[in-house]
Amino acid sequence: MSAHNVIDQFVSKGIETCFHGRHINPQIYAGLDGSNWRLKDYEARGGYQALRKVLGKDGSAPNPETGLAGMSQDQVITTVKESALRGRGGAGFPTGLKWSFMPRKFPGQKYLVCNSDEGEPGTCKDRDILQFNPHIVIEGMIIAAYAMGVSVGYNYIHGEIFAAYERFEEALEEARAAGYLGDKILGSEFSFQLHAAHGFGAYICGEETALLESLEGKKGQPRFKPPFPASFGLYGKPTTINNTETFAAVPWIIRNGSQAYLECGKPNNGGTKIYSVSGDVEMPGNYEVPMGTPFAKLLELAGGVRKGRKLKAVIPGGSSSPVLPASIIMECTMDYDSISKAGSMLGSGAVIVMDDSRCMVKALQRLSYFYAHESCGQCTPCREGTGWLSKVVDRIEGGQGRPSDMDLLDNVAENIMGRTICALGDAAAMPVRAMIKHFRHEFVHHVEHKTCMVAADVSKV
Amino acid sequence: MISDTTKARFAREVAKYPADQAQSAVMACLSIVQQEQGYVSADSEKVIADYLGMAPMAVHEVTTFYNMYNQKPVGKYKLNVCTNLPCQLRDGQKALHHLEHKLGIHMGETTADGLFTLQQSECLGACADSPVMLVNDRKMCSFMSNDKLDQFVDGIRAAEGKA
Repeated sequence: MSAHNVIDQFVSKGIETCFHGRHINPQIYAGLDGSNWRLKDYEARGGYQALRKVLGKDGSAPNPETGLAGMSQDQVITTVKESALRGRGGAGFPTGLKWSFMPRKFPGQKYLVCNSDEGEPGTCKDRDILQFNPHIVIEGMIIAAYAMGVSVGYNYIHGEIFAAYERFEEALEEARAAGYLGDKILGSEFSFQLHAAHGFGAYICGEETALLESLEGKKGQPRFKPPFPASFGLYGKPTTINNTETFAAVPWIIRNGSQAYLECGKPNNGGTKIYSVSGDVEMPGNYEVPMGTPFAKLLELAGGVRKGRKLKAVIPGGSSSPVLPASIIMECTMDYDSISKAGSMLGSGAVIVMDDSRCMVKALQRLSYFYAHESCGQCTPCREGTGWLSKVVDRIEGGQGRPSDMDLLDNVAENIMGRTICALGDAAAMPVRAMIKHFRHEFVHHVEHKTCMVAADVSKV
Repeated sequence: MISDTTKARFAREVAKYPADQAQSAVMACLSIVQQEQGYVSADSEKVIADYLGMAPMAVHEVTTFYNMYNQKPVGKYKLNVCTNLPCQLRDGQKALHHLEHKLGIHMGETTADGLFTLQQSECLGACADSPVMLVNDRKMCSFMSNDKLDQFVDGIRAAEGKA
């Protein structure tokens, strides 16, 4: 067997993470099987019908009042606003509102950027979208570009998922050949060029302004905001940046209407959301379910806690979001408002599940190492503070902790938060504060006994 | 020196950006060089700098900022195993240790026969597939149990005539 073939037999086919049939009313993952990612398959699923509708190329009669076919820019933005689609990358900012910030009358070049730099630990949903349904992202981006009057776009893809980048490039070629991308799309007056770019291993580039720096061929150090990208973005031009899953939601909204999308979720939290469930569950994977689905239901879809153990804690929205103990998360529904009320964040929808055999000090040790490793070094509180956090948690885990260390951690975290250019500092500080808030007794046990509390407990189970 | 084939690949990347923004292609050009030569040498940085009209130091800043660029030669197969929290919960750390034992090296090192370099890595974005291992920056291997890791290493060794 050639080396190439040896490697290929271990490459994921997406069966476990995406084609398991345990989604609920999926919109983005619906009907996928891994082989049907091409343009003709996407069209057979109703793909590019939303674009045709927007451009007035779906064969329907022109509006009798205006005499115009298709949808105006305002109509598209209003539809997205009314759908209550919120940014799927982590911040949950209302998408339609973001689109309305773009200066539409601006005479010069403007840009549209898709943030596929999916590096928030726990998150692997965009990879499956890009690999198994790339055209849904392309169609969403074309519609967004139309609504904001943008003629050039880029999709910046996480360097570690290179296969997804190569797949997306192939899909772009198909879309260009079919006249969905390029000059005078489908015979309309609207033109849009779309390209793919890739990162190469820098968590910070998921931050939108660091991503723009990287797209400009520089090291990915975030920019101070304001000015926001809507006025000073790529190459200093007005730019809108949305997450992959956000763009992927758009065609469904245009085809089925904002009301249908809203009703699929719950008020202020429209549509479906893809949750990447990882850690101590029987069947880790991506699960697309309506916003507002109870956490308990999501856990059940993922096969429950592994080996029938007891749920201990869940990090509900990627590693930066504050951890929630089992008693709290089991009462939550999975949407922005419910998780926020419980004291955490829905973030990117990456649900990291931990059972009762897990030591929270060890979990925090790994996360703190990560943030220290990935701090870009630009702001002193983050560059130095993340190193402090990592070293102090290290010594607690290693049995060298001091009684004052928990307060020290809290103090360092507090002094990082809000004092940096971008959110990486907060992202490093929040997990620390939440771990100490909810599991202080485990840290104290480590300091006092120089051993892990959990190992002792679990041996009794 | 760069070959015509490499130049054509560079040109394809540069064409994605506005005429006065060739620098945007630096990430792709560096990864192309790495794919062809195994790492990014100072000479390669100079060639790319000339091609894109950048200062060599500006290229070097990019090489050193991003984790995946190899700043020195690595083994023929660079293996990156994710040990971040979601993977740690599903044997990512164990997979790394198993490979250290199997290959007889520590993470960060290259085997004496020059075949494998082993590295710990941060989130690869495949958390539900853990344990995951990225091979030569471009191929993600999923659900890498110890058995599969053995099959992988033995398979590569056999294919390379070093069984």
